[in-house]
Amino acid sequence: MQFDLTEDQRSFQEMARNFANNEILPNAEEWDDQSIFPEETLRAGAALGFGGIYCRAEHGGSELTRLDAAIIFEELASACPSTAAYISIHNMASWMIDRFGNDDLRARVLPKLMVMDHFASYCLTEPSAGSDAASLKTRAVRDGDHYVLNGAKAFISGGGRSDIYVVMARTGEEGPKGISCFVVENGTSGLSFGAQERKLGWKSQPTSSVQFDDCRIPVENLVGSEGQGFAIAMAGLDGGRLNIGACSLGGARASLEAAKSYMAERKQFGRRLDQFQALQFKLADMATELEAARLMLHRAASALDGKHPDATQYCAMAKRLATDTGFSVVNEALQLHGGYGYLKDFPIERYLRDLRVHQILEGTNEIMRVIIARKLIG
Amino acid sequence: MKVLVPVKRVVDYNVKVRVKADESGVETANVKMSMNPFDEISVEEAIRLKEAGKATEVVVVSIGTAQSQDTLRNALAMGADRAILVEADGEVEPLAVAKILKGVIAEEEPGLVLLGKQAIDDDSNQTAQMLGALTGWPQATFVSKIELGDGSMEATREVDGGLETIKVNMPAVVSVDLRLNEPRYASLPNIMKAKKKPLDTKAAADYGVDVTPRLKTLKVSEPPARAAGIIVGSVSELVEKLKNEAKVI
Repeated sequence: MQFDLTEDQRSFQEMARNFANNEILPNAEEWDDQSIFPEETLRAGAALGFGGIYCRAEHGGSELTRLDAAIIFEELASACPSTAAYISIHNMASWMIDRFGNDDLRARVLPKLMVMDHFASYCLTEPSAGSDAASLKTRAVRDGDHYVLNGAKAFISGGGRSDIYVVMARTGEEGPKGISCFVVENGTSGLSFGAQERKLGWKSQPTSSVQFDDCRIPVENLVGSEGQGFAIAMAGLDGGRLNIGACSLGGARASLEAAKSYMAERKQFGRRLDQFQALQFKLADMATELEAARLMLHRAASALDGKHPDATQYCAMAKRLATDTGFSVVNEALQLHGGYGYLKDFPIERYLRDLRVHQILEGTNEIMRVIIARKLIG
Repeated sequence: MKVLVPVKRVVDYNVKVRVKADESGVETANVKMSMNPFDEISVEEAIRLKEAGKATEVVVVSIGTAQSQDTLRNALAMGADRAILVEADGEVEPLAVAKILKGVIAEEEPGLVLLGKQAIDDDSNQTAQMLGALTGWPQATFVSKIELGDGSMEATREVDGGLETIKVNMPAVVSVDLRLNEPRYASLPNIMKAKKKPLDTKAAADYGVDVTPRLKTLKVSEPPARAAGIIVGSVSELVEKLKNEAKVI
């Protein structure tokens, strides 16, 4: 077993860290406060290869591994989990097109996605189909050279702003086998968006519902084959869960660092906070649990890279552990800041708000347990 | 035209440096190391010259331990074409560096040598000037703008009280200042490609240079801790203290 990063991975990590510290961190508070989607910064990141980290090089992807991506997302999220998480979603949707799309579709949409001239959204969840995603009701009906879509999607990151929507819709029977995957381009007639959602966190990315009313798309926009959509959606999520877990690690690490610095300055009862053993123990536990979650996440990423038969189970375990641990670490870091942690003058509350949703999306942590248990019990 | 860019591996500028317990120098074990920031600027400028079609090849060279390979790979990932590592352990003083570089120049025959104006570890600011003297080439130091002409270049220098523009014949030695450019990040694909670019390893002896230090470091110590300040009650009290205690007015 090899636990050290390779020379390349250290270079990716250092570059991502520098980019995060110089280009993202100084602006993260403003993006959060004013709900700014930082398109220029995203494009600057895409110029460095963040737009398609594990897409093939043919249309401009970086062609790296899932483990490389996990290392990169942790760094980006250490500055702004919300912005890093949007990049994760863009990567997930782009990869689904790259992996399962036909050559014409790939050549048509990927080059702009890779440089983030176009932004991508992933559309699975519906108002009445969340955890039970396979019960989705959006329909796609074949009509000559077109599919006609009707239905609605909810909680779509990038909704209203994205150029490319990767949409799961029903073309056949009830259940997962009747679902297909489509690319819907913004501007298509019949595609519309709900109002921007008002959220606890993740404010640097737009979120809205997406509506399809007799939305006609060419048959070439089918990704994979009819009936393959749910499998494609789940394959995308394996990687998406790793990325979101990595985003939690990054946000938690930044919070732990902030708590360490605060405790080195703050004095009470005539002593620096970091001289109280009770608080030292708290820091020690936070660091230990964070490291354990990181190991699990890197293990799961390696499993996905190696096409391990249990990769989906490992990804679910890693997502559950990293996002729960991430939230508990940032929550403890806020506690260590006392009242100041609750103020916007310190960055902790932003990380807390951003990391909370990681326990809910890309499959709730309860669904992660369902996936793991199903494998255990059979 | 070939451009030669010497780069140095130094303690990262974000690191809070600590003096070793035996006062022999600063702690470098388990400390993050990076490319000297001024050297990053010279690498960036060389790559821009190549991208503009004014240079044909960018060769980076580093003199130091085997770990300096990381620094060279970083320069290759930014866009340099080829790297040379001249292995030398311990401290190599500016004169020895300049002598080795003279040897590298004899082999490589570059039309331009672009160096950082100084390294942020020892702040010597000597290598470029010594190299200019050893080669007999014109030198332009503290340069914030470069305009290549035909067989010559115009260099804008940052000097006390403003900017000075000088014309130097090529080949020339140029040391670069902070405001010349803003170095790029190496992209993920370029980091991968850097692995496949050639990196030659040499020894100082290959250039017949003795790198034994000429100077002896007696002691390295922390600067004295800053004394606590006071809050004065009024402007007149401030003036009184500046006059009678600080004796600055």
